[in-house]
Amino acid sequence: MQNTKNNMEKSVKKEKLKKTVDGRTQDGESWLYSEEVRDHFFNPRNFMRHGEEETFKFNGMGRAGSPACGDEMVIWIQVDKKTEKIKDVRWRTFGCGSAIASTSVLSEMLIRDGGLKIDDALKIKPQDIIETLGGLPDRKVHCSVLGDKAFQAAANDYFRNTGQHNRIVVSGAKVIDKKLNITDKDIEEAVLEGVSNLEELQKKLKVEKINKDSIPEIEELIKFYNEKYYGN
Amino acid sequence: MLKIPKKKKEIYFDHAATTYIDKKVLKIMEPYFMQEYGNPSSLYNKGRVTKKAIADSKKTIADLLHALPENIVFTSGGTESDNLAIFGIARFHEDKGKHIITTTIEHHAVSEPLAQLKKEGFEITYLSVDENGLVNPKELVKAIRKDTILISIMHANNEIGTIQPIEEIGREILKFRKKNKTNFPYFHTDACQSAGYIELDVEKMHVDLLTLNGGKIYGPKGIGILYLRRGVKIKPIMFGGDQMKKLRPGTENVPAIVGLAHAFELVQKNKEKEKTRLTRLSKYLWKEMEKNIPKIQLNGPELGSKERLPNNVNIVFSDIEGEALILYLDEFGIMCSTGSACTSSSLEPSHVLLAIGLPYEYAHGSLRFSLGHCNSKSDVDYMIKHLPKIVEQLREMSPVNLGVKKHAKYKK
Repeated sequence: MQNTKNNMEKSVKKEKLKKTVDGRTQDGESWLYSEEVRDHFFNPRNFMRHGEEETFKFNGMGRAGSPACGDEMVIWIQVDKKTEKIKDVRWRTFGCGSAIASTSVLSEMLIRDGGLKIDDALKIKPQDIIETLGGLPDRKVHCSVLGDKAFQAAANDYFRNTGQHNRIVVSGAKVIDKKLNITDKDIEEAVLEGVSNLEELQKKLKVEKINKDSIPEIEELIKFYNEKYYGN
Repeated sequence: MLKIPKKKKEIYFDHAATTYIDKKVLKIMEPYFMQEYGNPSSLYNKGRVTKKAIADSKKTIADLLHALPENIVFTSGGTESDNLAIFGIARFHEDKGKHIITTTIEHHAVSEPLAQLKKEGFEITYLSVDENGLVNPKELVKAIRKDTILISIMHANNEIGTIQPIEEIGREILKFRKKNKTNFPYFHTDACQSAGYIELDVEKMHVDLLTLNGGKIYGPKGIGILYLRRGVKIKPIMFGGDQMKKLRPGTENVPAIVGLAHAFELVQKNKEKEKTRLTRLSKYLWKEMEKNIPKIQLNGPELGSKERLPNNVNIVFSDIEGEALILYLDEFGIMCSTGSACTSSSLEPSHVLLAIGLPYEYAHGSLRFSLGHCNSKSDVDYMIKHLPKIVEQLREMSPVNLGVKKHAKYKK
């Protein structure tokens, strides 16, 4: 925990933040973004290359956003079950320069110095990502907010994969099954990945038995999202 | 990773945003900065010289438009001309009616004044367009009401290059007026994008108000005109001196006026030759793109058709986002625009692309190339050498794979 904080402080370049970062609207600097953003945009770290999907070993995957909104991110994490440290990470991002750069910089933060512990990594706030990037134009901030959301989803996926349903962090979504922490977002995600009925959902979310009382609502949502995305 | 070149070319594919000034135009403007600086309202010779320069410029422009010199009002540009036309008509004639018709693909210089009027109690009808961005004149006629005072439809669209059938629309409006024995509704068109490529004959077009500006036709920025048919009354939006018959007070920007007139003359004189050259170049650009980049789509009417500006190519690149593309292209010295939300403060993608039925996820990945005087085949070749690799790199980084039914398959 303490270690995380130090790491974070090391990377914060406060003097950079005093300067305006939206060059185009403020002082007409040559680039819209800070040097850090530029570096991560043109030299992205740890992204999932074509073909690597087959070989990269991961035990957590999370997604945030959608292309219709202009930004979508997917993060894959490989967590050491014993130490709970994030050993490796991959990502893919659809979005503008700052969206790509913020996912890239987050991926570096996650595996720095042998990897953050998953609980520490979950403490990374959008502001931390922005500071490490040397700031972002105000209207671009929503992009990096997505980075931590995608990671949180990946961590939840890891908890689910390892049967630690009580550790799943729920935010901004409606919990449908309180005991297993299944949310409407989980169901939406599952449907997007091909789930079309309750059994498939159970398999997907790796849960044994869903509480009887929450089944009608879950089935309703599976139907709703299938209609929404596939029209059937 | 993609290598960024150390020495980069400068390739300008953004002529619909603005143009550089033509050397001949600059030369004609020059004397009016330091020698002939007189205020046209002054009585002594220095004032008379500039007054004559304005009169001559009006004559040049009026001749090209098939109008009379007194029909020309100089403004500070396209935005002001559109504002003056819309607020001018609305405020002078609101006792006749408070209904205005426009389209869903107008430039903000038209749609924003109309949004303001809506707040002030006017009713606005937005005509939808087809997948190529075209308005149906029959639909327009159906939308006209007894209390419609103005119809504002752009001549050519700045994003997808659609040229509206303005003459046909004008005729339909005229028919309505004759049938109903009324002078309303008046017809305004913004011709900023088309002025360099199409003859603008206000008689044939049957328009009552027309906007054009200098910054898109190799003339100076900060200057525009509003053509106003004789007898059409508007209320000014600025008040001050007697200039422009009080419709647009303020000391005239003489060098810019002289420059605009000459620029308009030059582009109109050379329009056929330039149209042929740029049509060929746009077609070449699209053909090469299609050959070298998978999963792309052309937006707007067919290239080379009479419904499309000869210099506009608008393309959607699936699975990637426009701003990221622009940032990469900038590193290679290539300049163009995007309809992506990331470049707008509203965070909404282009209203034009949405209006022609493009889904949000595609609208975010669009690029507009608008060609012009300085472009040649070698510019296109240079871009084709680099763009496919940029697209490939961004696609590799993207989790989106549109066109595949269940796009979210990552886990087996």
